[in-house]
Amino acid sequence: MKQWPGSRVLTVLAVAVPTLFVAVFFAYPVASILGRGLVPDGHLDLAPLRGVFTDPSLRGVVWFTVWQAALSTALTLAIGLPGAYVLARFRFPGRSLVRALVTIPFVLPTVLVASAFLALGVPRSLGAILLAHVFFNYAVVVRVVGELWRHLDPHEEDAARMLGANRWQVWREVTFPALRPGIVAAATITYLFCFTSFGVILFLGGPTRSTVETEIYRQTTRFLDLPLAAALSIVQLLAVVVLLWLVGRFERHAVPRRLRAAREVERRPRRLGDRLLLAGNLLVMAVLLALPLAVLIVRSLTPPSGFGFGYYRALGELRAGSTLFVPPLDAVANSLRFAAVATVIAVVMGGLAAWAGVRTRSRWLDGVLALPLGVSAVTLGFGFLIALDEPPLDLRGSQWLVPLAQALVAMPFVVLLVAPVLRAIDPRLRDAATMLGASPGRVRRTVDLPIAARALFVAAAFAFAISLGEFGATTFVVRPDAPTLPIVVYRLLGQPGDASFGAAMAASCLLMLLVAVAMLVGDRARAGRLGDF
Amino acid sequence: MLEVRDLVVRYEGATALDGVDLRVGDGEVVCVLGPSGSGKSTLLRAVAGLEPPAAGTVAWDGADLRTTPPHRRRFGLMFQDHALFPHRDVAGNVAFGMTMQGVAGATARDRTDELLTLVGLPGFGSRRVGALSGGEQQRVALARALAPDPRLLMLDEPLGALDRALREHLVDELRAIFARRDRAVLLVTHDHEEAFALADRVVVLHAGRVEQDDDAARVWQHPATPFVADFLGYNVTDAFGARVAVRPEALSLVVDAGSVPAGSVPVTVIDRTFRRDHFRVRVATATGAILDVAVRSATIPDAGTAAHLVLDPAAAIRLP
Repeated sequence: MKQWPGSRVLTVLAVAVPTLFVAVFFAYPVASILGRGLVPDGHLDLAPLRGVFTDPSLRGVVWFTVWQAALSTALTLAIGLPGAYVLARFRFPGRSLVRALVTIPFVLPTVLVASAFLALGVPRSLGAILLAHVFFNYAVVVRVVGELWRHLDPHEEDAARMLGANRWQVWREVTFPALRPGIVAAATITYLFCFTSFGVILFLGGPTRSTVETEIYRQTTRFLDLPLAAALSIVQLLAVVVLLWLVGRFERHAVPRRLRAAREVERRPRRLGDRLLLAGNLLVMAVLLALPLAVLIVRSLTPPSGFGFGYYRALGELRAGSTLFVPPLDAVANSLRFAAVATVIAVVMGGLAAWAGVRTRSRWLDGVLALPLGVSAVTLGFGFLIALDEPPLDLRGSQWLVPLAQALVAMPFVVLLVAPVLRAIDPRLRDAATMLGASPGRVRRTVDLPIAARALFVAAAFAFAISLGEFGATTFVVRPDAPTLPIVVYRLLGQPGDASFGAAMAASCLLMLLVAVAMLVGDRARAGRLGDF
Repeated sequence: MLEVRDLVVRYEGATALDGVDLRVGDGEVVCVLGPSGSGKSTLLRAVAGLEPPAAGTVAWDGADLRTTPPHRRRFGLMFQDHALFPHRDVAGNVAFGMTMQGVAGATARDRTDELLTLVGLPGFGSRRVGALSGGEQQRVALARALAPDPRLLMLDEPLGALDRALREHLVDELRAIFARRDRAVLLVTHDHEEAFALADRVVVLHAGRVEQDDDAARVWQHPATPFVADFLGYNVTDAFGARVAVRPEALSLVVDAGSVPAGSVPVTVIDRTFRRDHFRVRVATATGAILDVAVRSATIPDAGTAAHLVLDPAAAIRLP
C-alpha cells in the first residue's frame, strides 16, 4: 500500500523511540563494559578474546553452554508441544486456572526453583539442569505455540485428512507449517534462556559445570578479571546475534493467516485417546511443575512450631542480625510498584517496536530489539552500575534503575508476543477500514489496536510477572532500603538457620501468589472485555 | 462520473492491467466481466487507491485522484471475502464508515438499523460476525459498504460463494438497491449470468486489457472478439466457411440420414449433458473441431451417432 506522509512520520517515530530506548539503556551500558574490558588503557587488547578459544577449559565452557541449551530446548519442545495442544484445543473444567498455573514457573526466580528442586532430593547433575530448564520453559511453549494453536482453523487439518493424509502427514504438511512461527519463537526464547541460564547452572550444576554466564560472574566477582569477563560477554553477544539472524532468515516468509475464534476450535475430549492425552499431559504438568512448588508451599507452612503461618508472620518484622534493612514484607509493595512501572515501559516500547517491525516489514528490527533477551541479566545489571553513574546519565540511587532494568528484560517478550499477532492481521481488514473513510491513524486505532489488544494484554501480564521475578539485573541496581521480593528471598537464603530458610520459602510463596494473580487477571480480562475472536 | 484512462498496474514485473479505459456515470451500473486472473480485482483496488498505478489516471468528475488517499475518495468497496472486522459486532461493522465521517449517536443507530433491514437482517446488530453464515456476512458487508453513502460503490464478486437460490434472490435485491440509490456502481465478476442480470453496461476484461465495452444487451448479442464469444458460451467456429460466433441454441442436429439439408456439416456426437430445460450435446466435425448444440427435442442422440449440423444463418455473428 502507498504510504501517506503523516503515516511515515509515525512509522519513523515508532522505530526511533524504542530504538533510542534500547540504545541508551542497553547498548550504552553494554558498550561501557566492553570498553572497560577490551580497551582498558586506551588501546585495544584482544588477548582475552583469543583466550576464550585457546584455553581448553574456557573452550569447554563455551561448548557445554551450546549443547546443554540445545538439549534443553529439544526436551522442552518434546514435552511442551503436547501440553500446548491439550491446553489449546480441549475444553475442560479448570483449564484457565491450569493455563495460568503452568505459566508461573517461567517467571519464578531461578534461585528459588533451584532450592525447590534440591529440597525435592534431585542431585546436582546435568539431569537436574535439564529438568529445571524444562520446568522454566514449558510455559513458553504452552503460551507461545498454544496461543497460535488456539486460533488455527481446524478445517485445514480436516481438509488434509479428507485428501488422504494420515495424522503424521497432517502434522508435517499442515499443522507444523502453520505453527512454525510460534514454534520457532518458543524454541528461540527457550534456547536463549538456557544459553544465558545462570542460577540453575550455579545451584544445580555442581562445582564442575560452568556456562559462559556463570563464568562471566565468576571472573567478575571472584577474580575481578574484567577483560576476560568482557571477552566472554562478547562471545555470548555474538552467539546471540548469529542465532537471531539465523531465525530471522529462516522465518522470513511468514504467511498471513485468518485466525478463527477459539471457541470454534475448542472441543471437549470425548474419545478415549483424547482423554488419555489430556490426562497424561496433566500428569506431566503435575509432577514436573506442581510437585516442586507444592513442596515449597508445604515447607513455608511447616515451621518448627507446627503447621501454620509462623514463617509468614515473621516476614513483618526485622530480625536482629538480618542482612536486610527493612522488614521483608515491605518488599511486596516495592515489587508491585517497580513491576507496574516496568510493565508500562515494556508494553509501550515493545508494542511500538512490534508495530514498527511489522509495518516496515523488517526482521532486523525484531532482532535488534530482542537483543536484551540474549545478553544476560547479570551483564545488563553490571552495565547499568558502571555506565549510569556519571554524567550525562547519572542515575545513581534513582528509583528508576530497577524498573528500567526490568523493562529491558521484559520488552523482548512483548515484541515476541505482539508482533506475530499484528503480522497475522488480514491486510484486507485495513483496506476495508480505509475504504470506509478511515485515515491511516484511525486504521491503526480501529483495526490494529483492538485486534492486538488481546496480545498486548497477555504481553502486559507476562511483562508484569517477569518484572516481579527478575533477579539478575535487579540485584545490581536495587537500593538496600527498597528490595524486591526475589532479592529478599536471595538474602534470606544466604542467612544461616531454619528460620531464615523458612522465611525465604514464605517470601517465595508470596511472590508466587502475586505472579499467579497477575497471570489470572490477564487471562480473565482478555476473555471478557475485548471479545474472543 | 468515474473516468479511468490508460491505467497500467504492475506486480513485481508482471503486468496486471495493461492500458485500461473505463467510465462509470452517475446512476450507471457497470460490470467488469472476465475470467480469474484477468485483472478484475486489481482494477477495483487501483480505482480505490489501494494499488498505486504504474501509469494512467483515475479521475472523478474530471478531477485527478492521484493525490487523494483512498479514505478520502468517498468510494465504497465490498470485498470478495467480506473482510468484516472480527473484533466488532454486526452493528459495529455497519456503523464503521459513519463513525469515520463523525456521524454517531441516534443518527448512526437509526441508519444502521435501516440498512440492516434493507439487506434483510433486522435485529442482527449485536451478533458477532464470526457466528454469521456466508450469506449473512455478504449482506453485512453490503450494508457496511452502503452506510457512508459512497459516490461510487464497488463490489468484488458480490455473489461469489453463495448458493444458487440465495444468488437469484440477492440479484433482485441488489438491482432494487442500485436503482434506489441512483449512484455509480462498479462491480466485477467472472460469472456472466451475474453480470448481465445486474449491469447496464458490461466491460469484458482479458489479460489486463479491455476486449469489449458496450451495452449489456449488445455484448450478449454481439460479442466483438473470439475471446468474448467463447467466454460467453458461444461456439466460435470456421466450420461453416467464415469465422462466426453462434449460440448452441442456433444450431440443430439432423440425425435422419435420408435427408441432408443444404449447407449442413457432418458431425459425430461425443456426449450429452442435462441442462435445466434442454440437453447440451457436444459434437465433433470431421476436422476435429468441437461444438455445443442445444437440443430440446424428445429424442436425444447417443454418443457415437452420426448426424448433420445445421446453422441458422441469421443467428451467426461474424467475428474478426
